Amino acid sequence: MSPDLAIETIKLCKAYNHRPAVADLSLRVARGEVVGLLGPNGAGKSTVVKMLLGLVLPTSGEGTLLGHRLGDPETRRRIGFLPERFAFQPWLTARELLTLHADLGQVPRAVARRRIPELLAQVALAADADRPLRTYSKGMLQRAGLAQALVGAPELLLLDEPTSGLDPGGRLLVRNLIARLRAEGTTALINSHLLGEIESTCDRVILIREGIVVHEAKLGALTSEGCVVRIRASLRPGSSPEMWQGVYDELSPWCEQVQPDGDGMVLHGVRDEDLPAIHRYLSGRVDVYEVAARKPSLEDLFVRVIGTEAH
Amino acid sequence: MAQRNVGIIARLSFREAARRRVLLGASVLSALFLAVYGAGLWFIHEDLSRSGQAANVAVAVAAYNLLQQLGLYATYLLSALLTVLVAVSSLAGEIESETLQSIAARPIRRWELLCGKWLGLAAVLSLYLGILAGGVLIVSRVITRYSLPHIARGLALMELDMLVILSVSLAVSTRLPALGGGVCVLGAFATGFLGGWMEQIGAGMGNSRTVAIGVVSSLIMPTEALWRRAAYEMRSVLADTLSQDSLFYRALSVPSTTMIVYGLLYALAAMVIAIRLFDRRDL
Repeated sequence: MSPDLAIETIKLCKAYNHRPAVADLSLRVARGEVVGLLGPNGAGKSTVVKMLLGLVLPTSGEGTLLGHRLGDPETRRRIGFLPERFAFQPWLTARELLTLHADLGQVPRAVARRRIPELLAQVALAADADRPLRTYSKGMLQRAGLAQALVGAPELLLLDEPTSGLDPGGRLLVRNLIARLRAEGTTALINSHLLGEIESTCDRVILIREGIVVHEAKLGALTSEGCVVRIRASLRPGSSPEMWQGVYDELSPWCEQVQPDGDGMVLHGVRDEDLPAIHRYLSGRVDVYEVAARKPSLEDLFVRVIGTEAH
Repeated sequence: MAQRNVGIIARLSFREAARRRVLLGASVLSALFLAVYGAGLWFIHEDLSRSGQAANVAVAVAAYNLLQQLGLYATYLLSALLTVLVAVSSLAGEIESETLQSIAARPIRRWELLCGKWLGLAAVLSLYLGILAGGVLIVSRVITRYSLPHIARGLALMELDMLVILSVSLAVSTRLPALGGGVCVLGAFATGFLGGWMEQIGAGMGNSRTVAIGVVSSLIMPTEALWRRAAYEMRSVLADTLSQDSLFYRALSVPSTTMIVYGLLYALAAMVIAIRLFDRRDL
């Protein structure tokens, strides 16, 4: 277990009624890193975060958080957590909620008195700070939840769907907040379905499926993985539909992956210099209507690694 | 630090419980109950005074003692029901709604969270019990000028009764959802209730097997036995002698001091089990 890592898990498993939710999960997140945890629904993302915090007990495996074993209560003083469905005491005001969490997080009273108004202003809730939470909109509650996670000035943030329920303005606010925290050296692990949010806030992404890490990538390095080429084409009259498979097979040396896609196909990991050859090859076999190459996005990576199941 | 965390959760649970609609509803019904009790007592007192029976000390004491004990029995049943409803919704409800997640993610141990809840709920429910029982006793005193003997002992046993139900409710809530937990605790309460009455009837008939069923039921859930001991403490010896035929009034089978100790240990064991179960519970 390395002290330089904010999060480290080794073969972490969680099974419910003998059905694995997380299997052999080995994660490593360095201090100061902002990492996105991606995966389809039911991949075990929330279970992973809960296991890190000790809210869910692992069936097997081990891990550390900020150098201490998982579930250590004292370590949680240095961690901020926003649950996926942030539930709260609806009769509390936002200011009371933050005071409660500051007390539980052992934040000295004098520090809390200064920090709470600052946080309320940062999440644009200063004007509504003394209204009961039951009168808040979903977006306001999400922002109150985020402020709650930050009240202890955490070294490590675990955010489960931090932008769910937020309008574009709210999402921008959260994005800017995470960017500022990253600049200040805060480590963050972010679960989100919104790939654009992850792309704009994270240094690295970890993709999990059925509780197993299936891919890791630095976001800056995505562009070096080659182009994504979308091809619109059709078979010539008289050609057998089975011919497509032959085309896919013959294209595979020029790319990392070929995916059939509607009226054509998508090639992943294509080098710029191979584009003319691909075009020439296709023109000789099928009728080509469009060849569009672009730099890969996180969504391309997600679709390539995870597939096209709903996310 | 543990003490501080327990205190924070106790205050939060107290405020949470005091705001619950079930408590508001119970308070309104309790006010209605006190009004009905006071009116009934007033009419009976007037009748006794008019007929001159109030001057007969033995008759008056028997009647007033019985009526006040009836009032306190209703108080006990109301507070028992309220305790189950408030306790299961507080823990199982917050687990289901995931409200506990952000709290449990703070540097707080599960046992601190549970003990804080127990303290906060015990405080608010004791307040309710105190106000309602106090209301019955004050209304009775004002109307009849008669007070039950050994009130403090009786109320202390009623308080212990409530704490037993609270501890069991929290233990059950660590594993079962609010509705299932509530049904489970009320089922156990009903077993104790029925067993208590069977024991009483069995003692009256001299049927030792029926008494044994009652004793076993009291071991399963000692609530009714603790109430019967409370009623025994607050009985009037004079009225007891005069009420040979009343199964309700006369303590034919009195739970022993060992049963009080058992009740205390039972509540403690329920909390130990609750802590162990809650410690292993995924949130």
